[in-house]
Amino acid sequence: MILGVVAIANYLFTNTLHNLEQRGISTGFGFLSMEAGFGILQTLIPYDETYTFGRTFLVGLLNTLLVSGLGIFLATLIGFVMGVARLSSNWLIARIATVYIEIFRNIPLLLQILFWYFAVLQPLPQPRQSLDLGGMFFLNNRGFYLPAPVFEAGFNLVWIALAIAVVVVFFMARWARRRQEETGQQFHTVYVSLAILFGLPLLVFLAAGTPLTWELPALKGFNFKGGVTIIPELMALLTALSIYTGAFIAEAVRSGILAVSHGQTEAAYAVGLRPSVTLRLVIIPQALRVIIPQLTSQFLNLTKNSSLATAVGYPDLVAVFAGTTLNQTGQAVEVIAMTMGVYLTISLTISTFMNWYNKKKQLVER
Amino acid sequence: MNVQKQPGPDLAPPASSVGVIGWLRKNLFSSAPNTVLTLVAAYLIYITLVPAFQWAFLNADWVGDSREACDSGGACWVFVAVRFDQFMYGFYPEAEYWRINLAFGLLIALMVPLFIEKFSRKGMLAAFILIVYPVIAYYLFSGGAFGLVHVETSLWGGLSLTLVLAGVGIVAALPIGIVLALGRRSGMPIVRAVSVVFIEFWRGVPLITVLFMSSVMLPLFLPEGTHFDKLLRAMIGIVMFQSAYMAEVVRGGLQAIPKGQYEAAQALGLSYWKTMGLIVLPQALKLVIPGIVNTFIALFKDTTLVLIIGLFDLLATIQSAFSDPNWLGYSVEGYVFAAATFWIFCFSMSRYSQALERKLHTGHAR
Repeated sequence: MILGVVAIANYLFTNTLHNLEQRGISTGFGFLSMEAGFGILQTLIPYDETYTFGRTFLVGLLNTLLVSGLGIFLATLIGFVMGVARLSSNWLIARIATVYIEIFRNIPLLLQILFWYFAVLQPLPQPRQSLDLGGMFFLNNRGFYLPAPVFEAGFNLVWIALAIAVVVVFFMARWARRRQEETGQQFHTVYVSLAILFGLPLLVFLAAGTPLTWELPALKGFNFKGGVTIIPELMALLTALSIYTGAFIAEAVRSGILAVSHGQTEAAYAVGLRPSVTLRLVIIPQALRVIIPQLTSQFLNLTKNSSLATAVGYPDLVAVFAGTTLNQTGQAVEVIAMTMGVYLTISLTISTFMNWYNKKKQLVER
Repeated sequence: MNVQKQPGPDLAPPASSVGVIGWLRKNLFSSAPNTVLTLVAAYLIYITLVPAFQWAFLNADWVGDSREACDSGGACWVFVAVRFDQFMYGFYPEAEYWRINLAFGLLIALMVPLFIEKFSRKGMLAAFILIVYPVIAYYLFSGGAFGLVHVETSLWGGLSLTLVLAGVGIVAALPIGIVLALGRRSGMPIVRAVSVVFIEFWRGVPLITVLFMSSVMLPLFLPEGTHFDKLLRAMIGIVMFQSAYMAEVVRGGLQAIPKGQYEAAQALGLSYWKTMGLIVLPQALKLVIPGIVNTFIALFKDTTLVLIIGLFDLLATIQSAFSDPNWLGYSVEGYVFAAATFWIFCFSMSRYSQALERKLHTGHAR
């Protein structure tokens, strides 16, 4: 059997080499240092036509990470809200959550991406007739324009204050826990922490003379200048990814909460815990154990699904590298192998991290 | 003294806990925050659903044969009606539509007995559907024998192509998935290693890169001059991808079978294949039927991705219809039609899987 596998691999390998030679395609990774010569719609690092193909790989990778990171954040938020809402005692809220989950879970993601892009964002007005939201946010068919923060000289002090606040809160939480274990006396950690975390930077901010201004987007010529721009491709992809994955996460959250037996809640009430404390100390820690494995696979799905970007032209890894770069260099084997390698690495990293976290949570049980 | 011998008439139940008002009070207005939540939700539903309903039904145009028929300001379902045949059959020759209809009619007729409780030869019928039916369907679709005209696969399209892709995917992915799952739990280290690498590789990369790979790289791997159909290449990619997911579902079932079953089978002197084929797999597969249906739903939604490598499934056919100069600007109608079609298929399958789950888990019901 081993011989069989080796023989097949060898057969495919010689075929590939022969075919590549026939078509005059060079092999190896030398192409990565050649000049790319094409522009990219959105770049997080400096890039123009004169950079190399290797740089296009980095640009694409960063764009993929950007949309996956934002998507994971939004989908988790939507998922938790909707999952809890589906179990709400309020009939209307529970119905809305159910309808949301059942509709968006059962429509292909690609269809949703295309819908947001071609049916919602493209028909928006031209920049000159932008939808004006409070004079600061503008929405048109070129994108969504937000004010950009401009940090002035004294703002570093605020960052330092924030760092100090975090350290103080960390030690205070440790002290409070130790005191509760020794004496049984509780300390309002949450409120005091919030006060320190927000109050200290705010005081420094005011004392330093508010060293922060907002750069508003303004209409210049045919388009907006200044501020932060979210291109419509990113918006469509992000909206579809978070709504679609959010529906799956909501189901995971619901099943996790339902998996905690009702006796736990009743027992917690019987020993005199208030509903909010019951939720925080009894239900959520047990529900998380069921939710986390499912959450992991949803995060992985979202990251892999972000490759559908290529359908609307958002410049992610697949669109830029396995799309344009592949077409320009023709080196399919190397390009596809690198692309797949990246996704494999991301998948294995996230699942390793989540397995570690899961194990840590599991230990609480016994 | 006046003693009442008969019990008096029952008092009416308190008005606040029964009837419509009691229900409303309990489920919608149980507390002040709940009341606010209900009112806000009701308002949001009112301002979104009412215009949507008017657009889709009250103000919609249903009959006609050109865009002139669409003048009432609502949805223009005429667009969908005019192109309905194309959405269903793609570019398949009109005179041959009956072949597709016959193939799907036959499948439905064969499937019906599977859902009848009393029908006793389900196993044989299922085997017939999985082994003999695909051959019949292949000749009906492709022709070229028995006096049927040959129809190129490049002409296949629309909903029928979506169903063909999903059908082939499930029929081929199930056996490969079972073999992989057995391999992953095998005692032979090399078989196990090969299975683990295969499964984790396909599960770690996005389907879109798999499709790119099968359409760009597969021709490179094979001897020169081997002609490969585009549809077949996409199918190979989908089957590889889906069989890895199927393997994990089946492995879940294998792990759920108690060790005593394996040991008892071995004690009776059954060989490995007999143990698996007669004792373990029948129990394991029955356990994971809901999981298999869920994988099938995912596969069904994933077939839309063939749009990106240039095959015309339902979504791609609809998407291409938008560029018809006679019907510009009706993309929302097209997407809604596509979404509704996919939704009906996926939602009914997920309901079926839930019903199965309830039916098969009678042992745990409380």
